Amino acid sequence: MLRLDDIDAGYGAVAVLHGLTLSVASGEVLCVMGRNGAGKSTMLKAIIGQIRAGAGTITLDGMRIDGLPAHQVPRHGIGYVPQGRRLFGGLTVAENIEIGLMTRRRDVRVREKVLALFPRLRERMGQMARTLSGGEQQMLAIARALCLEPKVLLLDEPTEGLQPSMITLIRDTVLTLKAEGVATILVEQRVDAALSVADRLAFMVGGRVAEVLDAGGLTPDAPAFARHVGV
Amino acid sequence: MDFGPFLLLALMEGLVTAAVLALTASGLSLVFGIMRVVNVAHGAFFMLGAVLAWFVAEWLPGPPALAFAAALVFCPLVVGAIAAIADMAVLKRLNYEPEATIVATIGLLYILEQAALSLFGPDARPVEAPFSFRLQLPWFGYSGYKLAVVVAAALVLLGVWLILKHSRAGLLMRATQEDRDTARAFGINVDRVYAGVFAMGAGLAAIAAVLIVPISQAHYLMGGDPLLLSFIVVIIGGLGSLRGTLVAALLIGLSDGVISTFFAPTLAKIIATLVVALVLVFRPQGLFGKRAA
Ligand SMILES: Nc1ncnc2c1ncn2[C@@H]1O[C@H](COP(=O)(O)OP(=O)(O)O)[C@@H](O)[C@H]1O
Ligand SMILES: [Mg+2]
Repeated sequence: MLRLDDIDAGYGAVAVLHGLTLSVASGEVLCVMGRNGAGKSTMLKAIIGQIRAGAGTITLDGMRIDGLPAHQVPRHGIGYVPQGRRLFGGLTVAENIEIGLMTRRRDVRVREKVLALFPRLRERMGQMARTLSGGEQQMLAIARALCLEPKVLLLDEPTEGLQPSMITLIRDTVLTLKAEGVATILVEQRVDAALSVADRLAFMVGGRVAEVLDAGGLTPDAPAFARHVGV
Repeated sequence: MDFGPFLLLALMEGLVTAAVLALTASGLSLVFGIMRVVNVAHGAFFMLGAVLAWFVAEWLPGPPALAFAAALVFCPLVVGAIAAIADMAVLKRLNYEPEATIVATIGLLYILEQAALSLFGPDARPVEAPFSFRLQLPWFGYSGYKLAVVVAAALVLLGVWLILKHSRAGLLMRATQEDRDTARAFGINVDRVYAGVFAMGAGLAAIAAVLIVPISQAHYLMGGDPLLLSFIVVIIGGLGSLRGTLVAALLIGLSDGVISTFFAPTLAKIIATLVVALVLVFRPQGLFGKRAA
């Protein structure tokens, strides 16, 4: 579904990703783990077109997307939940959802489907996004991305700083989407949260993928976690 | 004339100034609020609106009201188109770096003024008002056209507010203002939003100029005062806050009318400058602006 081959990318003169190669299939959840600064968020920004890959290719269903203008990437079915949520804080919940629906011609059916996943947002439609609680903000960030009816969903540390009940809700949402065939790249720092949803785990070190493991049969005391994530 | 009617006259004059100023300054404020561009060429767009209105009035046969109505539609469109081209050809290539765009818009100001000088000449030229109806009050008569300017400005500002708050284009603008990278990640063509906002800002200055030109004549250097006053209004009201811009324009316009009438225009300018200094010292984000995060 989505492939990154030999990607180099960074910020101006600062090179961050070095020959990164990764792929995720339809209906698969790939968890990306790695220490702070490993380049996980940078990789997602390269996929969504916020930064340009200096070398390598990114393909979606066989089509090159790395050369596209940034605003055209999401139109091909990539939903993005940025680290720190990056909601439009001064806009209402309803308006944030509407922005998500822009690429879907504001389809009411999509909107209803997404709100059914997060009924709490329905009670907050007229409220400014920045006045929501942390958990509600994350629901909105995910809902906004789901409004694109993505084939590929990019989630950057969605559980960061949230209560256990929210973490469960996010896990259930990811599993629902997986059942619908969505390909998910989930950046996740918590070993237990990662193991509860992942099909595969990719460990990033210094801007490249150091190791990829199947999640089946893996336990939290597997040496890979200590090596690449450990405290 | 007694004090009461005299004050009324001063306030009415002030209201006309305030209306035109609110239009001009809201364009500056919009461009800064959404694009973070300090547009030094804003006054030149204003001037261009007035100069083009003269050309329209000159070339279009028929009654002055018709030519004026044509100018009111045509000038903002042309000035907006020029602004959009300037945005795409210059500002976008500078990646909207704050310092670079200030220098670039100074250059644009110079180019537009020189172009107006070559095509329009150094003289001030009048444009006939669309109608010459006078409102007869018990104490004095007052230009019906000036009152129409106030109403027209209020309608345009209402339109701007409706566009920003209740239209799809306005939603795209506000989302882009909040976070342009994330806006792109949701399919918003930020380049097009920026070109549109820059055009709209310039178009507002042009509308203000077309409205004022039957009162004050067109001249290639007429953009200086509106630019300065717009900056004053926008600093007092808070850059990027439309409501602040309106309140500050009323404040500056009305006090300008009263002080100019009872004392001297120079005193009005001195006081406006003092207020700006006070705001900058005690409330740098402006009366209605948000503190920088
Ligand atoms: N906007 C930026 N400009 C320059 N360098 C950045 C920027 N964002 C991140 N970096 C650098 O890129 C590297 C990887 O960052 P990031 O992708 O955010 O890591 P992670 O998400 O894995 O914690 C870090 O060294 C970071 O300092
Ligand atoms: Mg990160």
